[in-house]
Amino acid sequence: MSNPVLELKQLRKSFGNELVLEDISIIVPVHTATVFIGASGSGKSTLLRCVNLLERIDDGQILVDGEDISAVDVDPDLVRRKLGMVFQSFNLFPHMTVLENIILAPIKVHKKSRGEAISEAFELLSRFGLKEKANQYPDRLSGGQQQRVAIMRSLALKPRLLLLDEITSALDPVLVNEVLSTVRDLKSEGMTMVLATHEMGFAKQVADEVCYLHNGRILEWGAPEQLLENPKQPQTKEFIKRVQEAGRL
Amino acid sequence: MSQESGRSSEDGAAPYSFGENWQVSELEIARRIARKKRNQKNILIATLSSILVLGTLITIIVTSPGFKLLSKTFFKWAYGFEVLPKILLGFMTNVGLTIIASICVGAIGLTLALVRTSKSAAFTPFRLIATGYVDLFRGIPMLLVILLVGFGVPALQIKGITNNVLILGTVAVIITYSAYVAEVLRSGILSIHPSQRAAARSLGLSNFQTLRYVVMPQALRRVTPPLLNDLVALIKDTGLVSILGVTDAVRAAQIQTSRTFNYTPYVIAAILFLCVTIPLTRLTDRTLRKSIERQNAQGVA
Repeated sequence: MSNPVLELKQLRKSFGNELVLEDISIIVPVHTATVFIGASGSGKSTLLRCVNLLERIDDGQILVDGEDISAVDVDPDLVRRKLGMVFQSFNLFPHMTVLENIILAPIKVHKKSRGEAISEAFELLSRFGLKEKANQYPDRLSGGQQQRVAIMRSLALKPRLLLLDEITSALDPVLVNEVLSTVRDLKSEGMTMVLATHEMGFAKQVADEVCYLHNGRILEWGAPEQLLENPKQPQTKEFIKRVQEAGRL
Repeated sequence: MSQESGRSSEDGAAPYSFGENWQVSELEIARRIARKKRNQKNILIATLSSILVLGTLITIIVTSPGFKLLSKTFFKWAYGFEVLPKILLGFMTNVGLTIIASICVGAIGLTLALVRTSKSAAFTPFRLIATGYVDLFRGIPMLLVILLVGFGVPALQIKGITNNVLILGTVAVIITYSAYVAEVLRSGILSIHPSQRAAARSLGLSNFQTLRYVVMPQALRRVTPPLLNDLVALIKDTGLVSILGVTDAVRAAQIQTSRTFNYTPYVIAAILFLCVTIPLTRLTDRTLRKSIERQNAQGVA
């Protein structure tokens, strides 16, 4: 368990009087995937947004490669260059083509030359079978294709850690698979990831550790087989039973 | 996902041709005939009602007791043609003023909008100033601003500041329209969903880069129709600087009218304005229609 890429220590976050996250402590070693499961509103998305500094935490610490990114004098832009984030609603830039979406940050943030950025983008696109879509605008792509482009847009920055926030929740069941197989590929290539998801079957395949979030706390955690098949806590049992009934395990 | 739907089926022809030997069914042929009939009926009704309404209006005007006098004093085309060069020369002032003003208004309005939407603490005083500016100049009739600048500034007798009424009038127009345009641009910036900012920031783009490459291009595209509306209004409102004695189209027409007591020059000036504003209004309609189509094509994502 050497080299934790991400470490959270007693993280706490509230919106006004509403406590959203409490006492969250996890360690994400390099090349592993940590999956957060839990009902809507349990704080999964907020947790990922906090790690990416899109939300300011109320207490605790966030360490990336041992560096405290929750310190006051940390430049969020520099932190975010190391972290890739993919959203539930894709959030591609609608006024740019697929290629322009992918090369924007490498050119503007990493100051790469346009030629270099384009050739790297085409490498990514052909690896994930979307080469022929390079000059299309996002609205001409299916949801699954859009989400894969969003993943590539993050990968173009060669992040240390990928944050995936319910990336299949806005997709219909047929399109979910193509996105999940992309994530599986990334995992097998050694990408370190933190995911929030409702796809239990997928969680079992890809996760090294699963955490069950309940009302803003990590109620239970462990290896995917153990937590998903033999949960100890009654709430976890109840949640997994409900998800099974909904037919997603 | 509704992204693919709703695009190709509008042109009436069959959008797909899966089968090689597709025969139009009897049912579809009957529907097409029925639709054609209904269209013809609608065109007939529209034509008849237009003739009826417009005919009535024209009849009322032409048969009114003062119509002869009116057409002599307002529509004496021979006289109108005679004064046309002078009014056209004045109208060039309106056109020039519009071009210069719209460039300045664009720059100042954009600055005001950016300042008002910025969140950084360092900008607080500028934000207050910008808000005050917009409140002030959106709330005063432009005619008053023109009078205050045109007569007030020379009264200060500051050395180096011009007494040229054309320049002062232009400045007054710029001051007022910057406030209008700033609000249009601001609403465009605020209309971009926060998730777009979040996506850009999470890619490591700075606040300014996010604004420059992600927010502004989308915002500008969205507010192009209302901005074109403001441009049409600006062209007309340049006529107001005539109150300072600037010889624009309105003033030129006034001069001719006061000589002969025939009002045709006013009509000529009005036609000149229409020659510019009507094409621009059509252009606005077109861009608006296009942006609606684009929005519909984008679906819910």
